[in-house]
Amino acid sequence: MIAEAGHYALVLALGLALIQSTIPIIGAKLHDGALMNVARSTALAQLVFVGASFFALVTLHVVSDFSVVNVFQNSHSLKPMIYKITGVWGNHEGSMLLWVTILALFGGLVAAFGNNLPLSLRAHVLAVQAWVATAFYLFILLTSNPFARIASPPMEGRDLNPVLQDIGLAVHPPMLYLGYVGFSIAFSFAVAALIEGRIDAAWARWVRPWTLMAWIFLTLGIAMGSYWAYYELGWGGWWFWDPVENASLMPWLAGTALLHSSIVMEKRNALKVWTILLAILTFSLSLLGTFLVRSGVLTSVHAFATDPTRGIFILLILCTFIGGSLSLYIWRASALKQGGLFAPISREGALVLNNLFLTTACATVFVGTLYPLALEVITGNRISVGAPFFNLTFAPLFVPLLIAVPFGPLLAWKRGDLVGASQRLMAAGIGSIIAMAVLWAWTRGGSTFAPLAIGLAVFVILGALSDLAERINLFRTSLPVSFRRAKGLPRSAWGTVFAHAGLGVALIGIVCETTWNTEFIASMKPNDVAQVGGYSLTFEGTSQRQQSNYREQTARFTVSRGGEPIAVMTPSKRNFTTRAASTTEAALLTRGASQLYISLGDTGADGSVAVRIYHKPMVLLIWFGPVLMAFGGVLSLSDRRLRVGAPKPAKALHALQPAE
Amino acid sequence: MTLWFVFALMTAGAVFAVLWPLGRSARPQTPGGSETTVYRDQLAEVGRDAEAGLIGAPEAAAARVEIGRRLLEAADAEEDHPSHASKPWPRRAVAVGALAGIPLLALLIYLPLGSPQLPDFPLAERLQSADASQPLENLVAQVESHLEKHPADGRGWTVLAPVLAKLGRFEDAARAYRNVITYTGETAQLRADLGAALAGAANGIVTADAKSEFERAVALDPKDAKARFFLGMAAEQDGRTADAVTIWKALLADAPAEAQWRGAVQEALAQFGDGAPRPTEEAVAAASNMNEADRSAMIHKMVDRLSARLKQDGNDVEGWLRLARAYMVLKEPEKSRVVRDDARRALERNEAGLRQLNEGLKALGIDG
Repeated sequence: MIAEAGHYALVLALGLALIQSTIPIIGAKLHDGALMNVARSTALAQLVFVGASFFALVTLHVVSDFSVVNVFQNSHSLKPMIYKITGVWGNHEGSMLLWVTILALFGGLVAAFGNNLPLSLRAHVLAVQAWVATAFYLFILLTSNPFARIASPPMEGRDLNPVLQDIGLAVHPPMLYLGYVGFSIAFSFAVAALIEGRIDAAWARWVRPWTLMAWIFLTLGIAMGSYWAYYELGWGGWWFWDPVENASLMPWLAGTALLHSSIVMEKRNALKVWTILLAILTFSLSLLGTFLVRSGVLTSVHAFATDPTRGIFILLILCTFIGGSLSLYIWRASALKQGGLFAPISREGALVLNNLFLTTACATVFVGTLYPLALEVITGNRISVGAPFFNLTFAPLFVPLLIAVPFGPLLAWKRGDLVGASQRLMAAGIGSIIAMAVLWAWTRGGSTFAPLAIGLAVFVILGALSDLAERINLFRTSLPVSFRRAKGLPRSAWGTVFAHAGLGVALIGIVCETTWNTEFIASMKPNDVAQVGGYSLTFEGTSQRQQSNYREQTARFTVSRGGEPIAVMTPSKRNFTTRAASTTEAALLTRGASQLYISLGDTGADGSVAVRIYHKPMVLLIWFGPVLMAFGGVLSLSDRRLRVGAPKPAKALHALQPAE
Repeated sequence: MTLWFVFALMTAGAVFAVLWPLGRSARPQTPGGSETTVYRDQLAEVGRDAEAGLIGAPEAAAARVEIGRRLLEAADAEEDHPSHASKPWPRRAVAVGALAGIPLLALLIYLPLGSPQLPDFPLAERLQSADASQPLENLVAQVESHLEKHPADGRGWTVLAPVLAKLGRFEDAARAYRNVITYTGETAQLRADLGAALAGAANGIVTADAKSEFERAVALDPKDAKARFFLGMAAEQDGRTADAVTIWKALLADAPAEAQWRGAVQEALAQFGDGAPRPTEEAVAAASNMNEADRSAMIHKMVDRLSARLKQDGNDVEGWLRLARAYMVLKEPEKSRVVRDDARRALERNEAGLRQLNEGLKALGIDG
């Protein structure tokens, strides 16, 4: 009953999506408010039905109903409850159901909270949203149905892939999906604007919160995915330029560009056509991300779904939506009115520069990810494009971008003053040069690039702070006045400061980790001592334990520094009986922002264990940076006041800054 | 029936979601947002910023002019499209379409995909309602899952172990017997059963592990028939045929007249001289209970074990012949030819053995 009701709810959602994708557009053509409002109620009903369907699947996993193929293949009665639930989206069918559930959630949110939108725009947005939904409902029902049944159910399921049995993975895919799918709203707004043939500054204002929300989730999702890879896969790395990681990075880069270009559009009514294109591209890249992971074209730890018929179906969806929206764009974009003009040195100019670098970086990642696939399809040769390619192409693109980041917020709209901005950034520049010099002296003989890169990161952070100082007139007026101004500052301005500073913080983490990371790989016998990064680690021996569905071999290390014992670390290896698979559970010891990392290898006959120990200085900053960025996004999202770009008259040479 | 009732309710809900806005006035009560509102808000924002001193008066004035221009444009555009109530027929068409279309479409898609006749099978309920009609495997799975959670339940292991041995899962049976011994204490019979399971897992070959279990059993109870029988088998497999005969004869002498296993011992004694180790009774019984695929898998496993043993000890002519014969039975003559070559190489220095081998091979028809 639960299984069949869930199945039927999904079918009903498809029916509602079909209605939602046509009737509102007819209503908009006829100027019939009632028909346009159908979009709203069907979007909400869709959310209810898909939500019920997803809830049904979760229930089936919780009660271990092995008459459902999906439960039988991906669950096990002995699995801890939390992994029974997360197992719902740890597999292909369930994750696609989660995908459409989130899609319906965003549709429902637009329907419920989109009161500030003109009726016809809302009708169009929801209709486009329903096109996407229809395609995915059909995909789920026809090629990957999570509610398929077995007439004579087996007594036991076949477990979840133990590598995926982890709390990080429980949270990271829903986050990524919230990001991916959130960009569908921006896409729907763009296509709706193209259909209506009308676009203006207000459009950017309406689409901004949705883009921002998607961007926040995607930022957190990527950071979490990276941290998961770091501690679960046991390689001690945090970014592998793995195609699946790239698939999530591409929409992030495009989405970041979209966020910035939509500011220009909102404030200055310019860059409209470009913003529409970015909205389409961002969601297209999200769809591509789904395709890359879900079709199994990539052989990677993430690609746990492999089925060519599904791949062809997704390819069809991709071609329809990307090809269709781009054709519509080519057809209608010329009809859109162009916006205002601006000088190259201005806030707008800086944002265009930002867009230029971000989209080029995105294109680089795109080429690096898809070129090997295309080559394999055409010539049959397998090549792998790894870190060297991306380090050579991606990094040089990001360096000028990072140098430009502090300048952007300090330039005025329309006509900016580069010299003035540079003067205001003097303090940040001096600070970063001092940081460079200190580092240079301290780490003599090390990499030349590292102090330079850290100097750049310090510049980005101090630049963000000096933007803030400028806005509140710090040190130029009395402190209480500055404080009052800080309180009156729009939240979005604070958001900018945090997001930009987060970028610098992440860069410090990345540079420190890659440059001063120390590594110790050896086969250790009990009572052996390893010296890593100033710590001495004594291996005390191993012990075995039986857990609910796996056996665990735990090693004990005592960590001491300068003779003082600090902590005990217990890395382990888990053997899962049902799938005959094993995972390594690295042990992490956090000291400030740095970490000690121990991962176990094979056990020798004489009781020795292959051990890898890393000391990773400042490694936590890599993930703290994105969290700061996301926090900035949240601040900006909470800024309810509408924001205005006040153009700075050329003749007024005030020290005062335009408000954001 | 309840299922169809729920389906009907859900369908009604979906149809209602479409009909509800249609029943309301075509002229929306809430006109929705418009661009002019956004620009008015922006103007107010400039005013607030100017008051707070965040922007200077000239910038505020410039901003007001620019926003005012946008506001006028937007207001003009809105006047061009006055919303007017249209004819009612499109709404009626949509209502009728939804009323008929949604249930029809839902059933058309659901019926080929769904299985409305199947009830739910939550595991907890199925475990409670365990009855005799369930296949043995399911019952075993239940006991196993119980024991995974309560590994110290000796009684559970006691129940499970013989069933596993009967099902031919000798390795699991051996593990179960070890647990019985750990949690309930050892007896001669348990040691003998463990040894038998180990021998079963080795396809009837009494391995060193199995042998030590039987010896332990005899140490605990010198009269334990099963252990003594297998010790005889071990002796026979080691080539100490005289010892085997002695052990079995002593066993028969001790045996009560009504003992069912007398026949087995007599048979073992009777076929003595053949020299070939036989699969244990359990293994044979298990094999006869298996289906065709399982049996062939078991035979393959047995053959693999034999060939592995022969690689270590190549002096066993009978063993080589048995291996060659097995491959002929399995219809893999090219493999039996490989066996022939291997055997000849292994028996190079054993002239008598070589002669015996060649004769046997001729009988099998793979000489050449």
